[in-house]
Amino acid sequence: MTAAVATESAGPRRIRLADMGPFIALAVVILVGVMINSSFLSGTNIANVVTRSAFVAIIAVGATFVISSGGLDLSVGSMMAFVTGIMILAMNRLEPSMGGYAIVAGAGGGLVVGALCGLLNGLIVTVGKIEPFIATLGTMGIFRALITWMSDGGSIPIERSLREPYRPVYFGDVLGIPVPVILTLVVVLVGAFVLYRTKYGRRCMAAGSNADVARFSGVSVAKVRTMAFVVQGLCVAIAAICYIPRLGAATPTTGQLWELQVITAVVIGGTALRGGKARVWGTVAGALILEVIANLMVLSNMVSEYLVAAVQGVIIILAMLAHRFIK
Amino acid sequence: MTMAGALPIPGPSPVQPALPLPAMQAAGLCKAYGPITVLTDIALDIRAGEVHAIIGENGAGKSTLMKLLSGHVLPTAGQLTMAGQPVEFADAVAAEAAGVVLVHQEILLAGDLTVAENLFLGRELTRGPMVDDRAMNRRAAEILASIGAHCHPRDPVGGLPLAQRQLVQIARALLEPRKVVIFDEPTAVLANDEVAALLAVVRGLRDQGAAVLYISHRLDEVEALADRITVLRDGRMIGTWPARGVTQRDMAELMVGRKLDMLYPPKRPAGAGDPLLRVQDLSVDHGAVQGSFAVRPGEVLGIGGMIGSGRTEMFEGLMGLRPATGSAVLNGAAMAHRSVGAWQAAGLVYLTEDRKGKGLLLDEPLGPNLTLQALTEVHPRLTLDRKAEGAAVGKAVSDYDIRVRSVHLDAGQLSGGNQQKLLLAKVMLTDPQVVIIDEPTRGIDIGNKNQIYDFIDALVRTGKACIVISSELPELVGLSDRVLVMRGGRIVAELAGDRITEQNVVYAATSGEGHAAQGAQP
Repeated sequence: MTAAVATESAGPRRIRLADMGPFIALAVVILVGVMINSSFLSGTNIANVVTRSAFVAIIAVGATFVISSGGLDLSVGSMMAFVTGIMILAMNRLEPSMGGYAIVAGAGGGLVVGALCGLLNGLIVTVGKIEPFIATLGTMGIFRALITWMSDGGSIPIERSLREPYRPVYFGDVLGIPVPVILTLVVVLVGAFVLYRTKYGRRCMAAGSNADVARFSGVSVAKVRTMAFVVQGLCVAIAAICYIPRLGAATPTTGQLWELQVITAVVIGGTALRGGKARVWGTVAGALILEVIANLMVLSNMVSEYLVAAVQGVIIILAMLAHRFIK
Repeated sequence: MTMAGALPIPGPSPVQPALPLPAMQAAGLCKAYGPITVLTDIALDIRAGEVHAIIGENGAGKSTLMKLLSGHVLPTAGQLTMAGQPVEFADAVAAEAAGVVLVHQEILLAGDLTVAENLFLGRELTRGPMVDDRAMNRRAAEILASIGAHCHPRDPVGGLPLAQRQLVQIARALLEPRKVVIFDEPTAVLANDEVAALLAVVRGLRDQGAAVLYISHRLDEVEALADRITVLRDGRMIGTWPARGVTQRDMAELMVGRKLDMLYPPKRPAGAGDPLLRVQDLSVDHGAVQGSFAVRPGEVLGIGGMIGSGRTEMFEGLMGLRPATGSAVLNGAAMAHRSVGAWQAAGLVYLTEDRKGKGLLLDEPLGPNLTLQALTEVHPRLTLDRKAEGAAVGKAVSDYDIRVRSVHLDAGQLSGGNQQKLLLAKVMLTDPQVVIIDEPTRGIDIGNKNQIYDFIDALVRTGKACIVISSELPELVGLSDRVLVMRGGRIVAELAGDRITEQNVVYAATSGEGHAAQGAQP
């Protein structure tokens, strides 16, 4: 009896239909894409779509941490712009003395700044005991204003001499796989490992599922949630590192409305917005679905691409309805 | 049936030609969910002016039966009649329109609304196009007074103690006159004085001519209240008996289907040696609750008192779950920084009274629930050790007799008794020296109670100590080697040996002068 139960428990969880939802939806969207335009499946187009979805996917992995632990971060888009701006300024300042290494130093600094921004959000939420929605609504405005002020309403371009050595971080590839895709894969693997295989992941789930139960079980909910915001900040910084060579500048509109795309990706990926359930791979599928749909609309000419956001909005509502009916 | 022969009570009453038609009658009632049959062939007659108690262990099908009768669930087969006329309830609203109402076991109220707003939710009194708050508050005050609730119609429900919320829920069911009122464990969260008030409400309903169906795990209430008793076991009807002459022991044995051992384990020899835990000048919630106490190895220390007397607050404060000051020595070591984690490392754990709200993650399976508190012990390395967790679940399931079809079930799908055992297994996984258990058997059936008492006994016999907070007097008296009684946030009496009686506890908890126990402030 005991042994039977033990092996059963150690085995893999049953796969539920609801958990497969995002992947089925992704397959359907791709199928539709193939039917609409045969060039959809071409290697360059696929690489293009996956690369473009990398930013949202990387940030959304962090958002999966925050949301599953019972929080919410609306500031990621503005934070992304702010970190991008700081990094470019730092790299430009270091370039005369360090040359190409300024990129490495600037990226390192960006990670620290991202983590600090996340820490700020986390502390306002946990120590200040402010609703995450309100707290990050506030920092969202702050970060956006800071990048506008830093760029004086224009743009902060990176030094010309840094462009060439920095280029491969977005445009390069390893064995034919674009670097942003590899970076995304690493972030997702690490995120999945931490959420599913470590004690911190367990505590994250517990804090999001029922904060009182976690507290009564000796879990420091404040620490767990603050850490989740720090992870979010790090993910934003990683996305920023990858983003700079794409346009070579930070502007007041960098990352605008990304928070919506990020939250959409997380939610259609199957993570519960009220916390307690994290689906990292689902999040990636969610980010891909959003990008594939945008790509199809550009390729097909059937619907104006100005309506991309509207279609994405329809998708999130459909996803939630499907989720309810499958349940 | 072999049971009836062994019991000094009559067998199932033969069907009599009931003169006034029963208020409600069920014949051949069955309920199945897919292949799983929950209820088989239930025949009941519920008469006006009578309290009809339904008893049975958890999982016997009582709650399902109540939901069938009140239209919350549709029967798979069988017929309901009211006053001789066949009826079929499409839903609970239809049942209520016919005069049948179920007072739910779980509290279903909107915490941010006031008492009166909750009472009239969905059926607000209006005056022209406007909501008539004044009329609703007046009517709410009347009905609250009639059932002995102390809350004010304008109080937000979220701030009320559990017991008052329960009364609000009952008041909501009684807002309109009812033919059949069904109570599903209404006293599970009430303290003894509140239980007495509730029983008076139930008797009042009966005397006004309502038919009352009453489910409870507290057999003393059933004995005090019921006119007739129906026993369910494993989804089948064992029989219906007139309540007169049926003792609590008879009921328990009919429910379980076997002779019960002694419900409470024999008391242990007086504990010797230095206290395992000594708490000095504890002050919780800025002085609202204060006390000093100690517990010795091998001792069960009972904590009695009414709900609201500060029992739970005292121990939540001790654990660092509420603002508190004071000093404590555990196992000879002074405890400076107090948090659940620090206490647990030193060997003290607290098992909450609110197993659904604060004890278990209802959407998670057994494994994550079991190991949440002892994560570091079960998973010493960076990564989770699935194998160790599986083994821990297997051991807990067999050690604590947790009955589950699969360990992949979510904790919320377990019965109350199994949830409680899982919670016990969870805190025991940290290998504590002193265990504080708040309401160890609230809302669970007698078979599981018996087992939990045995676990507590086995625990203290190994030289550990247990503090039991309980509103159930027989449990407090039957289990404790020493009892501290609280009133108004203070420890007002210490009882030991022969002085531990229900009368002494009640006296100290309510009206008694109760000489202040050693160390307690006046």
